[in-house]
Amino acid sequence: MNIHEYQAKGLLQGYGVPVPDGGVAYTPEEARRVAERLGGSGFAVKAQILAGARGPAGGVRLVEDADAVGACAAQMLGSRLETMQTGGEAPEVSRVYVERAEIPARETYLGAVVDRVSARVTLLGSAEGGSRIEESHADTAVQTLAVDPSRGLVSEEAAALARAMGIEAALEGAAVRTMGAVYDAFVALDASLIELNPLAVTRDGRLLALDAKMSFDDNALFRQRRIADLRDQEAPGTQERARHGYNYIKLDGNIGCLVNGAGLAMATMDMLRLAGGRPANFLDVPPAASREQMIAAFRTVLSDADVAAVLVNIVGGGVTRCDVAAEALASAVRAAGRALPMVVRFEGTNRDVARGALRDLGVSFEAADSLGRAVDRVVALAGQA
Amino acid sequence: MAVLVSGESRVLFQGITGRAGTFFAEQAMAYGTRVVAGVNPGKGGTRHLHVPVFDRVGDAVEATGADVAAVFVPPARAADAMLEAIRAKVPLVVCVTEGVPVLDMVRVRAALQGSRTRLVGPNSPGIIVPGECKVGIMPAVIHTRGRVGIISRSGTLAYEMVAQTTAAGLGQSTVIGVGADPVHGIGFVDCLELMLADPETEGVVLVGEIGGVEEEQAAAYLATVRPSKPVVGVVAGRSAPPGRRMGHAGAIIDGGVGSADAKLDALREAGVIVPDSPATVGVTIARALSGRP
Repeated sequence: MNIHEYQAKGLLQGYGVPVPDGGVAYTPEEARRVAERLGGSGFAVKAQILAGARGPAGGVRLVEDADAVGACAAQMLGSRLETMQTGGEAPEVSRVYVERAEIPARETYLGAVVDRVSARVTLLGSAEGGSRIEESHADTAVQTLAVDPSRGLVSEEAAALARAMGIEAALEGAAVRTMGAVYDAFVALDASLIELNPLAVTRDGRLLALDAKMSFDDNALFRQRRIADLRDQEAPGTQERARHGYNYIKLDGNIGCLVNGAGLAMATMDMLRLAGGRPANFLDVPPAASREQMIAAFRTVLSDADVAAVLVNIVGGGVTRCDVAAEALASAVRAAGRALPMVVRFEGTNRDVARGALRDLGVSFEAADSLGRAVDRVVALAGQA
Repeated sequence: MAVLVSGESRVLFQGITGRAGTFFAEQAMAYGTRVVAGVNPGKGGTRHLHVPVFDRVGDAVEATGADVAAVFVPPARAADAMLEAIRAKVPLVVCVTEGVPVLDMVRVRAALQGSRTRLVGPNSPGIIVPGECKVGIMPAVIHTRGRVGIISRSGTLAYEMVAQTTAAGLGQSTVIGVGADPVHGIGFVDCLELMLADPETEGVVLVGEIGGVEEEQAAAYLATVRPSKPVVGVVAGRSAPPGRRMGHAGAIIDGGVGSADAKLDALREAGVIVPDSPATVGVTIARALSGRP
């Protein structure tokens, strides 16, 4: 799960990451008042969406005074912002973050992730921060520091990373403390990503995180109440997943896909495309899905008006039984009230029982005994529709 | 011969008295797996499914000579269960639990280093040697004992490949689900080493998906050893929509790799046979094997 910049800065500040003074605003008037409270002149108004690369897309603006902050917020609030990182969507800006504008003399990059290969929390540092790393990370020199969980972050190693980031000797201590804060926050909050970009050196010689991103491990939210509470502000699709326990992504095709397991769902989509078909969705019903969750997932697909034909590919295994899936499918079909051409392929646990059960429940479908044949049939049916 | 487990394996179930533990231990027993013990703190001294239950893994190992630990423990306590089995020096731990926090797995992987334990999983269907030993949640009915080893990151896609190799009349020597989580135990390279060394395994199906670097690592390994056994590779996610990203760290750490096409290219260059579609893996490996003496 992702959180907004202002939320990330609030959390990280608590661990000792230096950030500019600022405040969140939901209305232009609130934005103006934040600027007045901060005082002085020179403010940054930043659109809060759950994606990066906002600067080049016009989501970050520098203005002089509180009135200009209000005017800028009025433009941003309620608008939609598409960036290189929003995956083709344009999320609505429901709030802005107003900060004292800080002019960086130099921009570095500091990140933290779990590296799959070393299986360690790994700090990433680069002397080139800001939009340069946003545009092309491939040719930017990034130094990594894998942290041994039994020893924690070692100061000497952090100092070496700071030097690799081109941070001058006078700020090395501050950089090491910031890295320690990032590591502590990462481990304490079950983060999956922390990114300070830029981690700037200001003209008056301070180290300051001008932007901050945080993502969290969904699997650990059960022990991170405070983080889980922030989830309310997430995108609706994600909430759906949290509530129903399945993963649904709408696509632009006309073949509805009901598949269990993410790998099989992806492979099924790949096969549809290779056969000349266009999937209408990605749907992964996880192994632990209850009957109710299955019905909800199937209904979501069947109620999509773009769907002209449906492919059901359920491989029973684990606690997933084909006959239970068949009953859920029958309920969803009844509830959808649409007679869609449907190709059903069951394999694994209770495969044969499931086919009979689906017939007995009055669902009309074509049975396929291999995934290859199922794909060819549904592509043909969707083409006729 | 088989890989990692066999009919001789003595399996203990951690979490045996739970709902999932009971269900799958019963299935394993019905399949012929030698389940020798269960572990559940507080239930020591009782019996469940006709096997003795112990409070601690160490006690169970001492009393029963168990050499495989199957972890059927909920996500919040799964890491502790794995750590306990590692401390008890169980040679093979298989964890099927889905939803283990990543930072817990960072601790588990640190404990595995220099230990005597191999870990399969978590978030894995487990491991099966058809007809001999099933430690996991896979549907036994689709498997037949045979010539092909299958290594997969995805559970249900592994079942698909099992169904295809069964339909092609080849059967499976061993099927290993390494697990779908970013941080897990043994990986593609470990499994390839085992299967290439196993005389019963005549060919290997490698089932990858987008993200991570395991397919690239497998390709680098295969390019070095150039095995005489055919390896067929599939990577799911060629048509996956680009997700919304937060920042760059993920892409940086994976070195800009991880797309399905990049993985397939790497595998192809390493001599792996890549079929046109995941639907034709069974016939592809059958063809590759029929060209052999």
